[in-house]
Amino acid sequence: MENRPLFKSGHTACAGCGQAIAARLVIEAAGENTIIANNTGCLEVFTTGFPESAWGVPWIHSLFENAAAVASGVEAALKYLGKKDTVNVIAQAGDGGTADIGLQALSGMLERGHDVLYVCYDNEAYENTGIQRSGLTPYGANTTTSPPGTVSIGNIHPKKPMIDIVLAHGIPYVATSSAGFPRDIQRKVKKAISIKGPKYIQIHVPCPLGWRHESGKTLDVAKLAVETGLYPLVEYENGVLVSKRQIVPKPVEEYLKVQGRFKHILKNPEELKKVQEIANNNIEKYGLKVQTQ
Amino acid sequence: MKQFLEGSRVVAEIVKLCKPGVISAYPITPQTHIVEELAKMVADGELVSQFINVESEHSAASVVLGAVATGVRVFTATSSQGLLLMGEVIFNISGMRMPVVLTCANRAISAPINIWNDQQDSMALRDSGWIQIYAENNQEAADFHLIAYRIAEDKSVMLPVMVCMDGFILTHGMEAIDMPEQGQVDKFLPPYNPLYKLDPAEPISMGLLADPGYYMETRYAIQETLEQTLKLIPKVAGEFSSVFGRDYKDCLVEEYKTKDAEKVIVAMGSVCGTVKEVVDGLREKGKKVGLLKIITFRPFPYTRVFEALKNIPKVAVLEKAVSLGAYAPLAVELRACFFNKKKSPKVISSFVAGLGGRDITEQSIKEIFKKLNTKEIALEFIDLKPELIKDEYGE
Ligand SMILES: Cc1ncc(C[n+]2csc(CCOP(=O)(O)OP(=O)(O)O)c2C)c(N)n1
Ligand SMILES: [Mg+2]
Repeated sequence: MENRPLFKSGHTACAGCGQAIAARLVIEAAGENTIIANNTGCLEVFTTGFPESAWGVPWIHSLFENAAAVASGVEAALKYLGKKDTVNVIAQAGDGGTADIGLQALSGMLERGHDVLYVCYDNEAYENTGIQRSGLTPYGANTTTSPPGTVSIGNIHPKKPMIDIVLAHGIPYVATSSAGFPRDIQRKVKKAISIKGPKYIQIHVPCPLGWRHESGKTLDVAKLAVETGLYPLVEYENGVLVSKRQIVPKPVEEYLKVQGRFKHILKNPEELKKVQEIANNNIEKYGLKVQTQ
Repeated sequence: MKQFLEGSRVVAEIVKLCKPGVISAYPITPQTHIVEELAKMVADGELVSQFINVESEHSAASVVLGAVATGVRVFTATSSQGLLLMGEVIFNISGMRMPVVLTCANRAISAPINIWNDQQDSMALRDSGWIQIYAENNQEAADFHLIAYRIAEDKSVMLPVMVCMDGFILTHGMEAIDMPEQGQVDKFLPPYNPLYKLDPAEPISMGLLADPGYYMETRYAIQETLEQTLKLIPKVAGEFSSVFGRDYKDCLVEEYKTKDAEKVIVAMGSVCGTVKEVVDGLREKGKKVGLLKIITFRPFPYTRVFEALKNIPKVAVLEKAVSLGAYAPLAVELRACFFNKKKSPKVISSFVAGLGGRDITEQSIKEIFKKLNTKEIALEFIDLKPELIKDEYGE
């Protein structure tokens, strides 16, 4: 049992999968006394093709939208058994499983106050079913169900404000993180599990196939999202912003141009300006800009 | 000790004696009284359990799935739309071989919305891999929950059980009930000892992806288990009778005055009580009639039903469910019992009645016995109102 691998290699993720990188960091930070409930999605599929499983901790997959509810049941059972204080419970899911079809179950779990860490791996589309648009797909992105065309610029909606939504539940810990910042992920996971009650961490995880970037560039792409202000790294305790990653903002083109999903935006100055405004608003909202003397 | 109680209270009292560690449910009529009673027991400290108020039936089923997977006995209850909303999780629970016990307070299905009793809800999920047991009265409802936990948690089974009881008629009906003592229940139902569970000391993965190389065997395994369960249920019912003194024989079917009968009605649930009264009345007049009550509908006891009816000339299947666009579900099973058999009733007629809570009167049942004189009826709706049908499609 000593030093058993918690996330074994040999899973079937695509080369450069940001979610695989982040999921491993999460479970290694949480440690072996952890039970995971996992939604349907890429992570579930590439880690648990019968008879193999990449997981070195107890792990359960039920359905696409119910990891938060299954985790609530696991936590309730541990409480009943008097074991909750020694075991962490993590519910984890993709962006679609979190912000769309699983939002109700997530809200219920947060509102009921279960001692569970919910991790959303945000690859900004329904990747497992072939890159369809989700509520967390960014403005302008080309997905198979939000293709640009003669009368469309691609996805016309901004990302659903999940951080505000979970914060509104009054839970003790909310954070964003990124596959480009491994130490940030691990620090936040450790912090989260040290707090009793419901916790939410949303991790930006590039998907080379869906975003159409080079598979060797995953960490760079993730970093650029943060450095342009498009994916702010923030941390809230009891509703108070306690940390943010400050940046010297780069223009959004630097992030967009390394991916195929924004190709059409780069050719459209007006739309490019809108994406830059989204970044500017984030920078303003969270005070991301490094103050120069 | 006899107690005069509402059906929902009876179920709650019995569930309390089974000591589930996690209960989760969502309100829907006519199931609500059951979980309200349990919530009060937990609030008063009479029952030590985690009572999880969820935001939907989908989550109620998911919570008990997560809890039972962690090694704790669980309970949930629902009806109608709630059961349908659970549907996806219902299949998941059996596919993952989790011994959940669920009370279905049977109710009609929307549209049109209707809160009254029929059995379309549980029937819609008859192919989900759950064991389904139907109660005629509240004593049975009580006793069948005890039997349900024993069967579900048996290591040779590990499948969920749905105890079906007619909404309002049973859930809201008052009856004198022989309430078991805690000591008796403890003797009959030992604490849940899971075959597998989520435990960091022995990490396992549950709910894996099975590709075409593996999936079919999981379904075959459930089918095999359910067939074996037909042998286990009578055994457990025998033990039940030795502890509690109530004898449900094999607990698959009940034969009521069928031995020399020329006409037999086959039915499930509370309507069997009314049928028995009609049978008694007709017997007094010298008519050779009887009732075959189906208790266990899944797994379906084909051989047992064959044995019970093979010498009966005329059989009527009376049911509170339909399979729209096809023959009625119970009638289909009944006819299948005699497929390729030398002995068989000459007539197996099918009657659908009582949908959406319409009363099935003694008169309706006498009418069915009368109709059994003529040739086989493939499917007939009983007690339709011609004036309503005319209004809708009138010339
Ligand atoms: C109820 C239901 N609807 C749809 C699906 C199909 N489905 C499975 S995974 C998936 C996409 C998952 O997307 P996301 O949650 O973002 O995770 P990702 O695969 O991108 O990591 C979809 C649509 C399903 N399994 N269940
Ligand atoms: Mg996704």
